[in-house]
Amino acid sequence: MNFWTNVLSAGIGNGTALLFATMGELFAERAGVLNLGVEGMMLMGAVAAYGAAAATGDPWLGLLVGMLAGGFLSLLHAFVVISLRADQVVSGLALTFLGTGLSLVLGEGLASARNVPTIPTFSIPLLSQIPFVGPILFDNKSVLVYVGFALIPVVWFYVYRMRGGLHLRAIGEYPAAADSLGIDVYALRYFYVLLGGILAGLAGGAITLSITPGWFSEFTTSGYGWIAIGLVIFAQWDPVRAAIGSYLFGSLRRFTLDVQGVQDVFGIANPFFYDRNLQFFLEMLPYALTIIVLIIGSRAAIRKRLGAPAALGLPYVRGEQGLV
Amino acid sequence: MAQTIQTPAPQARTFRLPIRLKLEPRLETPNWLPWATTIGSILTALVATALILWYVGGDPLQSFRAIYRAAFGSVGVFSDTLVKATPLILTGLACLLAFRMRLWNIGAEGQFYLGAWGATLIVEGVLGSDASAWLFIPLMVLSGFFFGAVWGFIPGLLKARFNVNEIISTLMLNYISLLWVAYWVFGPWSERGFQLTPTFPRAAWLPRLTDYAALVKDLSGLTIHLGFVFAILAVVGVWYLLERTRFGYEIRLIGDNPNAAQYAGVNIALMTIMVFMLSGGLAGLAGMSEVSGVVHRLQDRISPGYGFTAIIVAWLAKLNPWAVIPVAIIFGGLLIGSREIQPSGIARMLQGILLFTLISSEVLNHYSIKLERIKA
Repeated sequence: MNFWTNVLSAGIGNGTALLFATMGELFAERAGVLNLGVEGMMLMGAVAAYGAAAATGDPWLGLLVGMLAGGFLSLLHAFVVISLRADQVVSGLALTFLGTGLSLVLGEGLASARNVPTIPTFSIPLLSQIPFVGPILFDNKSVLVYVGFALIPVVWFYVYRMRGGLHLRAIGEYPAAADSLGIDVYALRYFYVLLGGILAGLAGGAITLSITPGWFSEFTTSGYGWIAIGLVIFAQWDPVRAAIGSYLFGSLRRFTLDVQGVQDVFGIANPFFYDRNLQFFLEMLPYALTIIVLIIGSRAAIRKRLGAPAALGLPYVRGEQGLV
Repeated sequence: MAQTIQTPAPQARTFRLPIRLKLEPRLETPNWLPWATTIGSILTALVATALILWYVGGDPLQSFRAIYRAAFGSVGVFSDTLVKATPLILTGLACLLAFRMRLWNIGAEGQFYLGAWGATLIVEGVLGSDASAWLFIPLMVLSGFFFGAVWGFIPGLLKARFNVNEIISTLMLNYISLLWVAYWVFGPWSERGFQLTPTFPRAAWLPRLTDYAALVKDLSGLTIHLGFVFAILAVVGVWYLLERTRFGYEIRLIGDNPNAAQYAGVNIALMTIMVFMLSGGLAGLAGMSEVSGVVHRLQDRISPGYGFTAIIVAWLAKLNPWAVIPVAIIFGGLLIGSREIQPSGIARMLQGILLFTLISSEVLNHYSIKLERIKA
């Protein structure tokens, strides 16, 4: 396998974790609830999944526990912002603190766990034989990677082509209208915030049990949760663009690692190979790119006059609010 | 939406609780209520933390007692607590200023790092080690403030010009600033390959009380430094700015009602950039005070998350500059105390729970909560 195949192949794996988290946030935001606690929920999912897998020896059970942990945290956010109508920004930040702190407390000593099982991998026959594309997408990949592939069309179809998706968009754009049609805005918002939490927990579990197995305290997720929130904005709340962004960022993460091992790039001496200290600038790339991606997303939103769900970040109070 | 359109269309397959929370707006809030809910939320957070500690097999009472003793047990440790409170006051003010305008500057941590870097730049790159303290300290203060402000300028400009979400941009800049400092302390400024710079010359240290132990014996061992005075001055400055100047009035106006501010002719874009720079500068000053007053060198991961704790400090102070001082001292004590107990995540966890109980309790100030039975 050459350099680029390697980068993209690993990028698909990294991107899968990002994909789950991004899709989860996309659901919550489409429903009108901004949840900035993705990083915290991912860390909780990561530690719970890893801990449960270490204790039981069953990675699938671990993954389930991770998803439940993420979901549990998100319910806290849902209660505070939907029922109590508190500020969504502050509550999301609180969730990040809580998730990070709780995962550190629960993960104490977990870093030295041995023989923790991981999610199995397999290759898809025939498809994996396709030159270039095969090894990147279908060769010796974790089951979760294929789940991720399947998730993209499913989410797209759900959001744009199904009644449930219509309701989802309605409660995010104009909850009062949705309410008048008998859609239970509160219950649905709870549901989608919970779904977002479960997916963030899955993302965390995917990292510790499959993509980069192990628990490395708060560095386990290394800011993926925040990048996911940035990607949702970049994607203009569209699942397909969110998926592309996720895989792109996943690959970038791997690229910054691999490029340090190459002596020449297109015949030019590679500075990152010769000066180890320049690695810090490489590591900045995903974060810098997130900002650039945000600028692109925000400009597009202004130009096309579309973008965020109209009721994003606003509590819904029956009978009190007219147009948002 | 008109009240009359409430056709209770039966929603199939939706699970319903038999009771429902009902929030009724309060017509007026009694004076004592905000204080009662704040104290109530602190107690709730402590109880919740105790339960979690107890669940993972710790002794919560003993942990809390250890924290208290380590933070407020004697004059010496109280001085250490004030040292920890100093960056929290400054970064707390940074957050407070931005939050007053409803700008979510989550980047105080990054601006702190840039401030620390800017102060170190004076030592490593500008002045010789034989320069006098009268040259070192003012230049380091200016440089720390300046580079913090630069780091605040970026998200401010992006917000004002492209409407880029400032929460994400400031967070990303936090990561970048950490790596930026790492590059300098691992690379050009590294002392013999270690991940820190050489110790600053004495002239670049902020004076501490213990430096005067030769004159007054009781001051020996007291680590509190001039940065604390900077922090108190900053509190007065921010209070004056917010309450006594046109600039501060516009900040509050935009924060309370951006539409009204727009109609009143306030230049919101310019205010966004300026407030972000001022906020970043304050956080940068905190970074300067930390390298010059405490650590006396720049090193990797120099902040234990001051910039993040600052968010809670500002919120707990109810965005009142004066209240930042006692709140920061309590949190400084928590930082000192939590070094004594394991596991290390407890302080962060307590902060998260506290923030939750705080914003939940704020609802009580504006609404009275009733439980309502739903008739089937």
